[in-house]
Amino acid sequence: MKIDFEHQQSAHCENGVVSNLMRHNGYQVSEPMVFGVGSGLLYCYIPFLKINYAPLITYRALAGYIFNRFAKRVGVEIKREKFNDPKKAKARLDENLRNNNPVGLQVGVYNLVYFPDEYRFHFNAHNLVVYGKEDDTYLISDPVMQHVTTLTEEQLEKVRYAKGPFAPKGHMYYPVSFPETFELEPAIRKGIKHTCRDMLAPVPIVGAKGIRTVAKMIRKWPEKHGSKKANHYLGQIVRMQEEIGTGGGGFRYIYAAFLQESSKLLNNSMLFELSQEMTEIGDQWRDFALDASRIYKNRSVQNDAYNKVADQLEALGKREADFFGKLKRAV
Amino acid sequence: MKKEEVPQDKSFFREEHGKELCYAVDDKGNYTTALSSGWEAKTIALDNALKAIEERIADAKKRVLENKTSPIEYYMEVCKMEPAILASYVGMWQWRVKRHFKPSVFKRLSQKTLRKYAEVFDISVERLKNIESTDI
Repeated sequence: MKIDFEHQQSAHCENGVVSNLMRHNGYQVSEPMVFGVGSGLLYCYIPFLKINYAPLITYRALAGYIFNRFAKRVGVEIKREKFNDPKKAKARLDENLRNNNPVGLQVGVYNLVYFPDEYRFHFNAHNLVVYGKEDDTYLISDPVMQHVTTLTEEQLEKVRYAKGPFAPKGHMYYPVSFPETFELEPAIRKGIKHTCRDMLAPVPIVGAKGIRTVAKMIRKWPEKHGSKKANHYLGQIVRMQEEIGTGGGGFRYIYAAFLQESSKLLNNSMLFELSQEMTEIGDQWRDFALDASRIYKNRSVQNDAYNKVADQLEALGKREADFFGKLKRAV
Repeated sequence: MKKEEVPQDKSFFREEHGKELCYAVDDKGNYTTALSSGWEAKTIALDNALKAIEERIADAKKRVLENKTSPIEYYMEVCKMEPAILASYVGMWQWRVKRHFKPSVFKRLSQKTLRKYAEVFDISVERLKNIESTDI
């Protein structure tokens, strides 16, 4: 069986799944809109967690939060299920497909065979949609891929039962009810306010303050850890910012697209101007990423180079503090 | 980022995997999407992350041959795992997994335990015991 499901590529997996599932149910919601309403934008440095032997710095809200917030704000109800028993997980999935209901799944990336090898590491918060089954093969719409793909029963079970941090445990989700009147405007305001609150949080590891904390740390890294480790850490920052489906500039461009779309819906020209500023901020993040990665390439031990990227990051922290203050006043 | 400035670095690009979606503005300042085949900053970062893994694997192999650690650590690195992740795959406490890194302890492991590890690493027990025969 094959459900009539339109695959549209997105930059980020969770936004993409939500946007595609909403569209399947007759609601035109773009990826940036999902991201903005769901308050996906964030900056957070988590000192006690390490990933790939480097400090964890995230540019977005934790997996699952974006959809939850989005759903709550527009009045969509989602059903989420996890299963201890892989057989039950498969049975429930098949049942949904028989009922013509495409579902979202949380999966681990490491065993995702259609992913390029170099991107396959133990990351368990990837999302995709299953939209059908032909014999033993599931039809997969992975929003970060250009085209739809397939996975066999075993392959799908393996990724649904990946282990480690954030293990999916067969996690499956889909919208079950929709509001009578679908209104984005109040949801947009709530989403923006939430993001401003996060980015302006008076906590040294979150938001604009978090950015400046990391800038300070970068200055100390070469002396504290030696250039090799410092470079590895910087490389990780670049990867978190650019690699994992951020749409560029650590989600800043997606957010700018959201502000632009919102300025039309809310008839608010201020948001259009802020969208342009956010694009500039995104460009600034890209410059930071490029300079940070080039330190790595040159392998030269110049503290100056670290100070230079730290300066860039500090400027970004200041600029975003100012930006989200303005954004807060604009809605 | 302007649409025509979306980078198209081909270092890691392969046709079968397709391109990645980016957000950019067109010449009228409106947001749109564009496909990118890669970008220098990402290529460098990814390249170095892969090199770091290779180094870890080579180092683990050296220590296995010097009898300083067991092949379990080596295969853990090959599978890009960390002790915590491996522990969760084999369903044991992390300290037990780490203890199995000791060559003396590894030698005394039961077939059942060895099979558990071999299954997770997707290799045979024979191969788990003899890393010289592996080509990595």
